[in-house]
Amino acid sequence: MVLTGAEIVVRCLQEEKVEYLFGYPGGSVLFIYDELFKQDKVRHVLVRHEQAAVHAADGYARTTGKVGVALVTSGPGATNAVTGIATAYMDSIPLVIISGQVPTAAIGLDAFQEVDTVGITRPCVKHNFLVRDARDIAATLKKAFLIASTGRPGPVLVDIPKDVTAQRCEFAYPETVNLRSYNPVTRGHSGQIRKAVQLLLEARRPMIYSGGGVVLSNAAEKLTKLARLLNFPCTNTLMGLGGFPASDRQFVGMLGMHGSYEANMGMHYCDVLLAVGARFDDRVIGNTEHFTQEPRKIIHIDIDPSSISKRVRVDVPIVGDVGDVLDDMIAYLEAGSERPDAECLAAWWRQVDEWRSRDSLGYKNSNEIIKPQFVVQKLWEITGGDAFITTDVGQHQMWSAQYYKFDKPRRWVTSGGLGTMGFGLPAAMGVQLAHPGSPVACITGEGSIQMCIQELSTCKQYRLPIKIISLNNRYLGMVRQWQEIFHGNRYSESYMDSLPDFAKLAEAYGHVGLQITKPGDVEGALREAFKRKDDLVFLDFRIDQTENVYPMIQGGKGLNEMILSSEDL
Amino acid sequence: MRHVLSLLLENEAGALSRVSGLFSSRGYNIESLTVAPTEDASMSRMTIVTSGSDEVIEQITKQLNKLVDVVKVIDVSEAAHIERELMLVKVRAVGAAREEMKRMADIFRGRIIDVTDASYVIELTGTQEKLDSFLGALDGGLILETVRSGVCGIGRGDRVLKI
Ligand SMILES: Cc1ncc(C[n+]2csc(CCOP(=O)(O)OP(=O)(O)O)c2C)c(N)n1
Repeated sequence: MVLTGAEIVVRCLQEEKVEYLFGYPGGSVLFIYDELFKQDKVRHVLVRHEQAAVHAADGYARTTGKVGVALVTSGPGATNAVTGIATAYMDSIPLVIISGQVPTAAIGLDAFQEVDTVGITRPCVKHNFLVRDARDIAATLKKAFLIASTGRPGPVLVDIPKDVTAQRCEFAYPETVNLRSYNPVTRGHSGQIRKAVQLLLEARRPMIYSGGGVVLSNAAEKLTKLARLLNFPCTNTLMGLGGFPASDRQFVGMLGMHGSYEANMGMHYCDVLLAVGARFDDRVIGNTEHFTQEPRKIIHIDIDPSSISKRVRVDVPIVGDVGDVLDDMIAYLEAGSERPDAECLAAWWRQVDEWRSRDSLGYKNSNEIIKPQFVVQKLWEITGGDAFITTDVGQHQMWSAQYYKFDKPRRWVTSGGLGTMGFGLPAAMGVQLAHPGSPVACITGEGSIQMCIQELSTCKQYRLPIKIISLNNRYLGMVRQWQEIFHGNRYSESYMDSLPDFAKLAEAYGHVGLQITKPGDVEGALREAFKRKDDLVFLDFRIDQTENVYPMIQGGKGLNEMILSSEDL
Repeated sequence: MRHVLSLLLENEAGALSRVSGLFSSRGYNIESLTVAPTEDASMSRMTIVTSGSDEVIEQITKQLNKLVDVVKVIDVSEAAHIERELMLVKVRAVGAAREEMKRMADIFRGRIIDVTDASYVIELTGTQEKLDSFLGALDGGLILETVRSGVCGIGRGDRVLKI
């Protein structure tokens, strides 16, 4: 069958069963848009800024496990998409981004809207391609979907010059593609796995530390099963929330800079650490030297060999898919009757519970002024802990992670690695499209929401009933907090004057907006918002301006040097 | 520690910049880098001379392996191997220096491959150290130009880098 390049692009997306394509048109992708117009299998979602297209595809991917797809034009379309691509790259999210390019004959001549997209995106994609011939489109897209979704997932960009979308050639979608240089390992080495299980059985003060890899490989149930078999305490990273049920007794909360006291102390003082799909990030273990001074044996399971022994040397590295490796570990354990020493474990649990009794997430509520923690707690209650939550970046993000207790994976959508303000609302669009009828809330700050506020218009067009929970403190709160603690209260450019009336702004876009100023009105407003099943409701909570995120590990400090409140400063 | 890494990579546009970009973005050292197609036209062979602690070299190897265009990576300096580099030196060759240059080229088993009234081009192949000492032995004021290929490395005996 002879088709044009543009027809081939659309046919490939259909073959990959792409439901939603998030995009924005422009000169170099006009042929592709023309083909999209003629079909109704792939539904295009017109965003208001290309950054949002990629974040929306990202939110879709994080909550479905499928590849998210975005389409942008050359030049500014591609550069606008870069923040979204880098965000997905840092969190290992499978995306395929198709960008238009100027015609092949014009490449390199500084043509109108020409930019070296493959060059610009190279450091923030898993891989990228420039397609120079229509005959290569199908195989390239097939490779793109394969690379994005296998191994350690990540974004793949395919740059297609305009003339290539107009060329005609024979089309057949390849069933398989051959990539001799790309063979991600999935099964872990059985000798290493046996060694790991032996170490776990001998542990006296064990700890499980699990990250985004558990969520990405759909291994939450397996992790939970292993943890219960062993009766070990389990902590999650910011990216790993939902990978182990937060309401489980064995869960000790998130760890890291704003993690719980019991999680960080347990991590520091354990004698055997099982790291699963996590990467010893600087926001997680703080000072590496301080962390490694305390003796402990570390087992590290990760699909990406370069994540192992990158920041911290480990004793038993296991390269493989987290789910497969956990399966093998469970099988070894179940095949034998040996279990960790119950007395040792009981003593360790007493220690962990003593740390837990410090109630490091306790905060002083108020009848006068709305506390942000209280809003998140109420949100959790009202949604039965079962909503999809996206966030932006800042204090509100940390409060969300601390007070919304996720029992299931793929409910929590946050930019962990890049920390991209502006992520929350567009990501929520992708989530809501993927899960129509399910409650989706975007917890944000008045700073972050303004970075992609234009998407309120997209939400209207596609009738996306997202609940926006704005914790409005009239400050770039996280910046203000650091300035308070580390820069002598000099609030340099962290206060925003002239904020819009967000409730009215939402109304101007055709949505419902509410401003809430009293603690007594918080619950009612939240209930009202979720009752409105068909409306986007913007809840502008005027919160305590001076509230800080605690507990906290200051930069350069160790995990056992937490500050629980401002009194410890 | 100095290491010589050998890579097979897809002969694709952009493959070289993926490798060099990796080194610059992660702050790894590159002392030299050479690349050219192999007998299999779909593949290039690259030799990178780098230095770093064992941990850094391990990360470099892992990061290189992660690149989709990289087919295979080995550290040839891990075991018995041979290194060679080619150098062309253009020197002033007038008066007494003319004879002296010829003599030096002979001592180092170089060849004079271009001759004019006033200059020679000397071709020399060998290890990095040999080329360095040749340059050290010449009167610096007489060197007009040098060009070096960068190091090529290959394992001795049965060690073969192939897919
Ligand atoms: C795009 C981008 N620019 C700057 C930052 C740095 N930054 C991190 S948190 C923060 C403040 C966020 O303010 P707001 O959205 O109001 O949230 P709050 O901390 O007040 O909850 C800033 C500026 C960032 N993370 N992303």
